[in-house]
Amino acid sequence: MTDATSQTRHIPDRLHSRLYATLRSWEALLLAVAVAIFIVNSFTSPYFLNAWNLSDATFNFTEKAMIAFAMALLIIAGEIDLSVASIIALASTAMGFAAQYGAGTPELVIIGLTVGLLCGAFNAFFVTVLGLPSIVVTIGTMSLFRGISFIILGDGAYRGYPADFAWFGQGYVFWVITVEMVLFVIIAVIYGVLLHKTNFGRAVYAIGNNPTGALFSGIRVQRVKFILFLLTGLMSGVAAICLTSRLGSTRPSIATGMELEVVTMVVLGGVNILGGSGSIPGVVIAAFVMGLVTFGLGLLNVPGIVMSIFIGLLLIGVIALPRLWTMIAARRAKP
Amino acid sequence: MTERAPPVVSMDAITKTFPGVKALDQVRLDLYAGQVTALVGENGAGKSTTVKILTGIYQPDGGTIRIDGAPIKFANANAAGAAGITAIHQETVLFDELSVAENIFIGHAPRTRLGLIDTAEMHRAAVRLLDSIGAPFDPRTRLRDLGIANKHLVAIARALSVDARVVIMDEPTAALSHKEIAELYELVETLKAQGKAILFISHKFDEIFHIADRYAVFRDGAFVGAGMIADIDEDALVKMMVGRTVDHIFPERQPNVAEDVLQVVGYAHPTEFADINFTLKRGEILGFYGLVGAGRSEFMQSLFGITKPSKGVCKINGQIKVIRSPADAVANGIVYVPEDRGKQGAVIGLPIFQNITLPSLGRTSRSGFLQLAEEFKLARDYAERLDLRAASLDQDVGNLSGGNQQKVVIAKWLATQPQVIILDEPTKGIDIGSKAAVHDFMAELAAQGLSVIMVSSEIPEVIGMSDRVIVMRDGRIEAELADDALTPETLVRHAAGITTPAQMEEA
Amino acid sequence: MLPRFLPVRETILSVAILALLLLISTRFSGFIAPANLANVFNDTAPLIILALGQMVVILTRCIDLSVAANLALTGMVVAMINVALPGLPIPVIIAIAILLGALMGAVNGLLVWKLAIPPIVVTLGTMTIFRGIIFLISDGKWVNAHEMSSAFTGFPRAAVLGLPVLSWVAVLTVIIFGIMMARTSLGRSIFAVGGNPHAAVYTGIDVGKTQFLAFVLSGALAGLTGYLWVARYAVAYVDIAGGFELEVVAACVIGGISIAGGIGSVGGAVLGALFLGVVKNALPVVNISPFWQLAISGSAILIAVAFNARAGKAKGRIILKSAEAST
Repeated sequence: MTDATSQTRHIPDRLHSRLYATLRSWEALLLAVAVAIFIVNSFTSPYFLNAWNLSDATFNFTEKAMIAFAMALLIIAGEIDLSVASIIALASTAMGFAAQYGAGTPELVIIGLTVGLLCGAFNAFFVTVLGLPSIVVTIGTMSLFRGISFIILGDGAYRGYPADFAWFGQGYVFWVITVEMVLFVIIAVIYGVLLHKTNFGRAVYAIGNNPTGALFSGIRVQRVKFILFLLTGLMSGVAAICLTSRLGSTRPSIATGMELEVVTMVVLGGVNILGGSGSIPGVVIAAFVMGLVTFGLGLLNVPGIVMSIFIGLLLIGVIALPRLWTMIAARRAKP
Repeated sequence: MTERAPPVVSMDAITKTFPGVKALDQVRLDLYAGQVTALVGENGAGKSTTVKILTGIYQPDGGTIRIDGAPIKFANANAAGAAGITAIHQETVLFDELSVAENIFIGHAPRTRLGLIDTAEMHRAAVRLLDSIGAPFDPRTRLRDLGIANKHLVAIARALSVDARVVIMDEPTAALSHKEIAELYELVETLKAQGKAILFISHKFDEIFHIADRYAVFRDGAFVGAGMIADIDEDALVKMMVGRTVDHIFPERQPNVAEDVLQVVGYAHPTEFADINFTLKRGEILGFYGLVGAGRSEFMQSLFGITKPSKGVCKINGQIKVIRSPADAVANGIVYVPEDRGKQGAVIGLPIFQNITLPSLGRTSRSGFLQLAEEFKLARDYAERLDLRAASLDQDVGNLSGGNQQKVVIAKWLATQPQVIILDEPTKGIDIGSKAAVHDFMAELAAQGLSVIMVSSEIPEVIGMSDRVIVMRDGRIEAELADDALTPETLVRHAAGITTPAQMEEA
Repeated sequence: MLPRFLPVRETILSVAILALLLLISTRFSGFIAPANLANVFNDTAPLIILALGQMVVILTRCIDLSVAANLALTGMVVAMINVALPGLPIPVIIAIAILLGALMGAVNGLLVWKLAIPPIVVTLGTMTIFRGIIFLISDGKWVNAHEMSSAFTGFPRAAVLGLPVLSWVAVLTVIIFGIMMARTSLGRSIFAVGGNPHAAVYTGIDVGKTQFLAFVLSGALAGLTGYLWVARYAVAYVDIAGGFELEVVAACVIGGISIAGGIGSVGGAVLGALFLGVVKNALPVVNISPFWQLAISGSAILIAVAFNARAGKAKGRIILKSAEAST
């Protein structure tokens, strides 16, 4: 008889080192793009490498990125929320309404977050309890939530927020470091840990890759999805507080079209729009890339609408080019 | 039938390779006018690939297809149809939202002078076709409103709607009742009389010997032999098919049955099953036999919390447990290895180790935070116990072969340390070597005190492995068999609902 | 047997629209006067045309979010062509609009077909790109009424048999699409691809190519609407029809077109568009602020999708003989 242990086939944990995997990742490529843009920008404009300018530039992406982190989890789990910008509008309207009756900053924050959570729960109900496709549900709630803002505000606006409310969107923690930047970092870390280091995050990946398989593995799929919609709503509430505080006013058209920029940021960050893969570091880098492009072009006096061409090209290009490359390579391999 | 007549269709040295798998290796197959050729082979022998090549879905990597001796290539499904080859597919490849007539004629509907689809003519033609195969429904009916057997008739009508010389029937009787099968046989005779060449794919030997004129045998993607049915008997054909003697050696077991672990009382569902009562003892292997569609999988999934029963109680170790979700089932020690491995079993896209630890994360993690080292340790334990063949534990489970994916699914459940493991068709679509390994492993599990429920449609497996067998028919328990009563004949009789008075008296 | 041949969704939606009209007429009877209804229809015509294009795309399991941007870009291009070459006859203008729209649709379609990029990503991207291009070619300036030729702006408003040309274009599109979906192999392929892509391959239908053609159709209609829109409102600028793509998708969803593909009808899309059109036109009449419109259409989407999901829920497998007898 041969020794039993020598017969056991040993399977290695990993085929490649973690470093190798990191270097070959989407995030590495994206980081290289970000660095390249940074270098190009610093050469093309003398105003680029200025701490205060750079600090100002972060407002281009901090609010969107806060939502993008929650959205990334939702998209990885195979769902989507197109109503986030409308949640901002509704939350901002609710805060403005309360401010008219003298609500102080703590109350406003609670109201903003609560409205965000309620909107998220509303979406979650339709998707997880009634089992409807999230893209249609959130196209509906996108109209509904903003529609309620329009009903309340019409073509008017709320102003008159308490003075200390401005701290969220206009305040500095230290030197050029804004409150929003700090929030951005904290939220990025929380979502990074949640997605990559917890059982919950693992469930998110499992659901995105195969919802039936996840259910059959004992994962409470609908509960996880419900929580993800709540989180996206909550983050929209946070973004609503920051944006309202920064602008100092609320119109029902606030943050129009932001949902598309958020989705773009998530997809650019390497999250598969069909679910199953993606990472928070990727979204963080994507946020910087979008911020740098917008800021750099802004310094060159390129209007915002033209910048959107770059964002659009970037969105399609980052997905199309690798696929085009494999297609060409495959064709070459076949004589 | 003149032996000299050349074949209508002839496949010569056809090879087809998929990434990592050689599905067909230099196979040949000849089909003759007015004759039924049965293509025989186990799962994975290459039958489906052959059908897909003949119907233009796949293009072969090598070899030649000839029609009436002339070489031909099919660029797509239309080209094969134009060459007179049509197929009644195994999967329902029909469109629920279209009408019966549209389903029959999609792709080749009659046109008016303006080039539009001539609906009136299409409906007339559909009625003619449906009448000819004894299908009495209105061609305007939406397909979704038809039952499964009628859908099958639509598929047949579709195949006949093109003026085909070659008709391929891929497991045509799998979903049909006895009466419907008899009607199908008549239809095959009609087609033969019309001089069509028929390729008949089936797992059922009685069927093959009843209807086929010729046979061709494939094994593991290679051609093994062909000839006239009249010149061969069942044993010889089976031998050719499996490449060894028929007697599969099942592991020798010493049933060491102890106390009741699981008691199911009065489980019922509005449409799928009713009155399910049984007990399962520690260390027992309980077989569930029945025809496809008898409600076995549906009941098992209900026991596992996927669907809610309308009535019934489930007791584990004597205590009543309410199972509303798979998570509840796992928490109570009941796990389920599904038949549909790709969709319900493995989470393809996740690495092997994450698949294995998915239901056990509560144990490998610390207060909700992952501990990768613990995960790898647990995954390695079970992967090695099951002799998993994989390059590494962080490899995507989708890159594994069917047998190894099955091992990952089983490892996933064993890692939860369950009390009851339900295996639904555990060896379906697995090569013979892996089959024996799964059987040995089941025996080992039972010996270690795990209770096993095995749903299987393979009679040798059911008899060879089970201590006791429950036969289900039409959503109900038809019989419970053990010891001497456990014979192939009794199983088939109960599953089909045939009970002779003589046997009733004996029992 | 009767209900099987009666399109349930369309009937319910028609009844809902009629009930809505009745309700409005109790507040303002002039609303249901033929002349006013014709007005409402004319107002809804662009939405009807675009909804038909979107329907085709959704039926093939895709979505086209770039229609409004396509409309705006085509509109700007033909307006600028009209300014540069005022003598160019209207049929040529229309042909250019349709071709240009179809070209943009083809870009979407190619990316979906050849590179297999998810349609939502593709059209999200092209939507922003098309809008940006308008700014580039127009330099952000408006093309105003006085710069356009009277033939250019007059065409959609010209009355033929009592209805403006714009309305007739919508009617014609409905008829053409009705015939195309029911009586051509492309129409049936579109249903087949969305209903069961796997089976479509077996019947020799090229799934990607069918999706490509759906995008081309949707683009062509967006282009056509681009001209009609710009000519009717006699102005072209970057933001025209901003956010209109969602209204178009809403019309389809309300009309019972399943976002999962394969289920829907021309009648449904038209009724969905008409429902939104009636709501939009009725609000000012019954003294409800037009600001209610967005919330109402949002609610209508949610109700429609919830209702359609209930109606279309797949029946479970029937194994028990007793259950079979009772159904």
